[in-house]
Amino acid sequence: MTEWIMRQLPALVILVPFTAAPLAYLLGTKFGRPIALVSALLSQPLAVLLAMRVSREGALRYEVGGWGGPLGIDLVVDGVAAVMVLVTTVVGLFVTVYALGYFGDRERYRFFWPLWLFLWGSLLALFLSGDIFNLYVCLELVSMSAVALVGLTLRREALVAAMRYMLAAILGSLFYLLGVALIYGAFGSVDMQTLREVIRVDTTGQAALALMTVGLVLKTALFPLHFWLPPAHSNAPSPVSAVLSALVIKGSFYILVRLWVDVAQPAAFPGVSTVLGVLGATAIVWGSIQALRQERLKMLVAYSTVAQIGYLFLMFPLVTGGGPAAADAWMGGVFHAASHALAKSAMFLAAGTVLARFGHDRIEGLGGLSRRAPATAMTFGLAGVTMMGLPPSGGFVAKWQMIRASIESGQWWWAVVVVAGGLLAAAYVFKVVGPFFGREPEALDEADLDPGPSPWTMEGAALALALGSLVLGVLGQPLLDLIMVSAPALVTGVTP
Amino acid sequence: MTWETTALVGAVGAPFLTAVLIFVLGEHRDAARSRINLAGAALTVVAVVAAAVAARAGAPDAYPSAGIALLDIGFSLRADMLGVLFAVVAGVLWLITTVYAIGYMSHASDRARFFGFFSVCVGSAIGIALSANLLTFFVFYEVLTLATYPLVIHSGTPAALKGGRTYLTYALPAGGALAAGVVWLNLIAGPVEFAAGGSLDPALASTHPGALIAIFALLMLGVGVKAALFPLHGWLPAAMVAPAPVSSLLHAVAVVKAGVFGIARIVLEVYGPLGHELGVTQVLAALAGFTIIFGSVRALAQDDFKKRLAYSTVAQLSYITLGVALASPIAIAGGIAHLAHHAAMKITMFFTAGAVAEEVKAYRVSEFDGLGRRMPLTMTAFSLAAIGIVGVPPVAGFTSKWLLGVGGVDAGTGWVVAVLGISSVLNAAYFFPIIHRAWFRTPKPEWAHGPAAGKPEGDMRMIVPLVITAAIGLAMGVFAGADLSPASWAQTIAGWEFPW
Repeated sequence: MTEWIMRQLPALVILVPFTAAPLAYLLGTKFGRPIALVSALLSQPLAVLLAMRVSREGALRYEVGGWGGPLGIDLVVDGVAAVMVLVTTVVGLFVTVYALGYFGDRERYRFFWPLWLFLWGSLLALFLSGDIFNLYVCLELVSMSAVALVGLTLRREALVAAMRYMLAAILGSLFYLLGVALIYGAFGSVDMQTLREVIRVDTTGQAALALMTVGLVLKTALFPLHFWLPPAHSNAPSPVSAVLSALVIKGSFYILVRLWVDVAQPAAFPGVSTVLGVLGATAIVWGSIQALRQERLKMLVAYSTVAQIGYLFLMFPLVTGGGPAAADAWMGGVFHAASHALAKSAMFLAAGTVLARFGHDRIEGLGGLSRRAPATAMTFGLAGVTMMGLPPSGGFVAKWQMIRASIESGQWWWAVVVVAGGLLAAAYVFKVVGPFFGREPEALDEADLDPGPSPWTMEGAALALALGSLVLGVLGQPLLDLIMVSAPALVTGVTP
Repeated sequence: MTWETTALVGAVGAPFLTAVLIFVLGEHRDAARSRINLAGAALTVVAVVAAAVAARAGAPDAYPSAGIALLDIGFSLRADMLGVLFAVVAGVLWLITTVYAIGYMSHASDRARFFGFFSVCVGSAIGIALSANLLTFFVFYEVLTLATYPLVIHSGTPAALKGGRTYLTYALPAGGALAAGVVWLNLIAGPVEFAAGGSLDPALASTHPGALIAIFALLMLGVGVKAALFPLHGWLPAAMVAPAPVSSLLHAVAVVKAGVFGIARIVLEVYGPLGHELGVTQVLAALAGFTIIFGSVRALAQDDFKKRLAYSTVAQLSYITLGVALASPIAIAGGIAHLAHHAAMKITMFFTAGAVAEEVKAYRVSEFDGLGRRMPLTMTAFSLAAIGIVGVPPVAGFTSKWLLGVGGVDAGTGWVVAVLGISSVLNAAYFFPIIHRAWFRTPKPEWAHGPAAGKPEGDMRMIVPLVITAAIGLAMGVFAGADLSPASWAQTIAGWEFPW
């Protein structure tokens, strides 16, 4: 039995949420809630075991149904995939616990549970996909369930945002699919392992990669294609916002990384890495300044996501040259994705607690929050530490590696961007956290009437995620090691 | 774990554990919180003293250590002679300050938050003291930066928030510079542990001179803010909006000394002889000399009592910086000893500021006429500390000034003696008027007959601590020759720091 589970792990982690989703739909809210919780709890040991198995045995290849490529579907689990699965599963658990309190058993939100479980399963399938067509399918599944979740409340602004989000998502997917078609036509395979050997830098190859990159950049909301993100992420119900910012955008980014670092040799496409890096740097500055200008908490957090996405893209110029700098950049980028997932979901959940309790999220009305809701104020502050990249936090470890990679590869200017970005983040974090320690707003209007503390599960789930992002800063070494397991050849310098 | 490593980890862990318990306990359980806080502080004292015993037994190179893997350096603690000196100072003064703070804050709001973050600050300071390498140091250093912020803005007034902003404007960019410096150094020199006499390979001075100078500048930019080195000192006077216990323990001891302690670690135990070879420590010494004069001159002009003390701190901190930057074991000993000496004396003065403000609502030096009658114990303690800072024997300040002066001559930098002389005159010029006012001016009518009959001169939870710290300051001077005095301890360390 144990042995069977160990062997089937890659399929099992995906199957649990995919089984729970239709059950939750069929059985309705009353059973949907416990089903989601059981599914979330059941996923934890599976994800941990999978990560342990990968770190012990190296990359795994799992043939679904025993068919094998090129006919069947292959799941591939290497270090980075295992990390993303682990992060999704941990964030997923706390978001689920939070959502139990947030949505309660109100019938209006009955579709949350099946949609969320479906999104969860699709994300895991995406991270474990071994070929670029399956990646497309998973990407669509993720996008469609995410769009539906954004519009869940059926409020006007939410529907408008969801529509805008859907258009961007579809456009992005189409670009990506075109690229996949070109590649399949030219090189006769969609399997990434095969493509790695056969892909050529010719017109078709370049066109295909360009199309896919544009599509994925749009879906990841890299500046200047971020326009759809702030309204979508801030108007969604808060547990959904958390998942979108923490996990969903990482899905398309993950594919981009796979394409460039794993399949194509970025050195053969001079300029692309630099462009992505420059856009990333611009995103950091632009997103942070926009965040600073926001008057609503959830908008601020959403723009913070625009900024933090920028760091992920600094990985490209740093990894291109290979050598030890590439390894550091690789660890830094993936680690940043992981720690940002924890901290950003914590922030959105905390913002959600505020919104649910006080009926508004105007920053000027949140003075003295550390008195009224100490756990939530603390959550926001601790998550802010990761945003700023200060120790002890996962964000710090990630930035350490990025700064290191910059100096190592002689591109010190990216280090300046990383440090300056941390300071800009401090500006918007303290814009919010400072008043938390200040006085209550003088004129509390009707909307500020405080109905009393939120359920402890909500505050506790958010705080746990924030603490998790701090723990990564001290006990993060095992995760750093896992990221390097069966890493792409460009990163390790070893051809597999 | 052996008892040595238990003490080491306990010394850092106990304050953090105390903080967690205080946060969990919440706002309304005052008695339980006070008990936990005192117990935590007492436990910390036991742990730091045990760590000191272990360090002394293991000196000079078999120190107890503990750590985990993190990045390529490791997150590791070590109880060495230099570290435990700072840790003991911070731990013992924390216990005393806790008593004081329980009295001072008894009518204030948000006490759970206050005492919680206070404990985090102390834990970080002790962590800074006991860090084995620059990565660990940096981690605790930034925790200290962040945890101090809620304390600076504790009252929540616009003025407090402004002071907090000023503090962050200095502290956060400094953290960025420090991070860049540490990463860069780590790339050039590999993972370096602090080691007496310097840990950098001497060959680096010829292979990477430019980079090493730039890294030194970045590192000093990072630690110089907390050390209030000119021109990075501006946040300290602004941070005086904080409640008195914060000014006392953090802005006279834990936070600012974390800065100068960082300078000592980097100059002595990372760069070592390379610093002098590259010429960077000479620049640092000159800057410290200037800061001494500058801070003292600015202190003269302050009527606000706490601001005068703050500028005095700016100047006094640079004594320590100056000492470690000079190429003489005697000067190094003076600098390190001053770390402990100044702590005891300055905390007494800030305790005084808080006690006076609470009891008679006097905030300005010009309001102190005849205060000695009204609060005799308090003003006696203050006067003792003040003459100590000026450098009158036998109070502790004299010992460190003497060592610094002799060391200055020993290092061939005679200007140091002139700086110390001018500084002492200026110290007298800004402290003696206070003593004069308190004891020799005609008091207000209601102060003339002392405290109300049968009543103490103030909350004894505040008066007793400041009397104790004044006594410690005196004892450190009188018994400077004793085996376990900070001065002797510092001389032992200096012998290893300067073997070249």
